[in-house]
Order: sequence, then C-alpha cells, then structure tokens
Amino acid sequence: MTVETIPLWEVFIRSRNGLAHKHVGSLHATDATLALQAARDIYTRRGEGLSIWVVPSHAITASDPADKEMMFAPAESKIYRHPTFYEVPEEVGHM
Amino acid sequence: MTSGSITVSETPLVLYALRRADDALILGHRLSEWCGHAPMLEEDMALANMGLDLIGQARELYSYAARIEDAGNDEDRLAYLRDVRQYRNLLLVEQPNGDFAHTMMRQLFYSAFADPYWRAMMGSRDETLAAIAAKSEKESAYHLHHASEWIVRLGDGTEESHRRAQDAADALWAFTGEMFFCDAGDRGLIAGGIAIDPETLRETWRATIDGVFAEATLAVPGNDWMQKGGRVGHHSEHLGHLLSELQHLQRSFPGATW
Repeated sequence: MTVETIPLWEVFIRSRNGLAHKHVGSLHATDATLALQAARDIYTRRGEGLSIWVVPSHAITASDPADKEMMFAPAESKIYRHPTFYEVPEEVGHM
Repeated sequence: MTSGSITVSETPLVLYALRRADDALILGHRLSEWCGHAPMLEEDMALANMGLDLIGQARELYSYAARIEDAGNDEDRLAYLRDVRQYRNLLLVEQPNGDFAHTMMRQLFYSAFADPYWRAMMGSRDETLAAIAAKSEKESAYHLHHASEWIVRLGDGTEESHRRAQDAADALWAFTGEMFFCDAGDRGLIAGGIAIDPETLRETWRATIDGVFAEATLAVPGNDWMQKGGRVGHHSEHLGHLLSELQHLQRSFPGATW
C-alpha cells in the first residue's frame, strides 16, 4: 500500500479542559485506531493535548472558496454583532 | 578507538539496574535506526517517540547504577565506555530491525513483558526503582498497545504481511525465554522486596501474546529451546556493530560535549 492510497484524517486536539478541540493538522492512517495513535505521536509530543479527535477528511464538507463573497461579506458590515460593548469579568475566564 | 574501556563493580543491585538500562538503551537505539527510514512519516515519528521513551528510561537507570556503584562513573560513561562483553541486555533487543514486521514483533515481545514488569516494580522497596517503574509503565503500556495494533493488522492483513509477521515471530521466539532469566543475585533482591520474580509474569506475558496472535491469525511458535547469554555478556554478533555506532563519538573524542 502506498501512502497515496492510505486514507487521510483530520486531527483535533483539546489542550485543556474547558477549551474546544482545535484543528491541528492531518495525517495518513489505514483506520481510526491507527489514526488516533499517529495523532498522539505526531501532535501531542510536547504535551499539547488532553483529548484527541480524528475525523476522516472525506467526512468534512467544506465551503467553496469561490462562494466567499456570498458567504462571508454580508457579515462585515454588522459590527453590532460583536460583544465589545460590555466588559467580561476576569472570573469568567475562557468563553 | 583511543579511549580505555571501563568495567563496572557489579554488585547485585548495580547489575540489576544495569541490565534494565542496557535493555532500554539498546532497544531505544534500534528504534532510532528507523528515523528517516520508516514506511511512512507517521510511523517514523511513532518509532522515534518510543525510542526516546526507552533512552529516557536508560538514562535514569544508568544514573542510578552509577550512583550506587559509587566509583566515579555516570550515565554517559556506562553507556559509552563499556565493551560489548560488559553489556547485560537481552539478546532480543539487540536483534536487527529487519523489516517492519520484525521490528514490531520484537517490540511486542519486549513490551508484553516490560509493561507488567514495570507495573509490578512500582511496588519495589527501592524508592528509585519504584519511581522509574511508575514513569516507565505508562510508556511501555503505549508501546505494547502500538505494537499489538500493528501485529494484528500485519498478521490479519495481506498474504505478504501475514507471512512477514509469522516469519518475524518464528525468528524472534527463541529470544523470549531470556526475559525470565534470574540469577542468585536477583533472588537476593527478590527476597528483599527490591526486585520482582520474573517468573510471576510468565502467565501474563503468554496470555498477551496468545491474545494478539489469535486476533492476528498468527501461530504461536512451538519451539521451547531458548537462546540465552545476554544477561551475562555473551551476545550475538549484532551488538558489537550497534555499539561501534553508538559509542563512536565518545571513543574517538573522549569527553566530547556540545
């Protein structure tokens, strides 16, 4: 089996309790178990993670870059949607 | 070679630490030989990670051996200045990497022993060994998990991967008996609660191997004749070559640092 025929997986790591899993990269693996092991070996070597998700890359539906005007431009003019008009108390921590 | 070799005053406890340190260093070095050569990048990282775990274990065990020997040695001198006959590692860990199946089979055979071994050693009366065991157990648990998953996939994979995995099992089987080696010095340590009797791990080890082999559709080799000698310094021809590479820098440039 060549690397080209081995499925691609997207890797998400949660670095601390309370934070969300964040996309960190991708890797090749023949199945989910090996993908999880490879993710551990490649992306958590420096203590980056408490939890790992691996997702088959083909399971991800992505937006089309050609649609970016339609998709994202309308939000640019709506500054009132930003929660910048009040202060978050320190104790709240990560939101 | 311009530097003189050292010999170690091998009290039972020094020898005990040295044997485990040599296992970890030599297997760690073998895994490091895959760096840049593994079948895929992901596995390249996995092998190097496991190698670094083992070399980390070796460092702690050598430092401890040097401290209790109290003859002015340190981890580097023990690793770099002993000749092949002074090495006390298992013959299993010095066997060449071979193909990927050989490397994973060697890792499975060793880790299936090392994991329950370190778990049991966490109860050692020797505080340093117990602490090293607590750290090493987590690492060996992952090594066992990783090797098991691969052996299942190789054994229960294609016709060729099955054949290679079975070949590896057949070739390495005779080196597994030495893991249960125990001499008079060891028995004294066992009686003192410092070491554990390796014989108590045989059933666990065999159950792990049987389980993985069944899932991998591999046949557990039937031969009972076992190679031995590594624990007393009688090695296969492979270890000298390995050491010539491992020790080259310190032998050619004694005391070199960077």
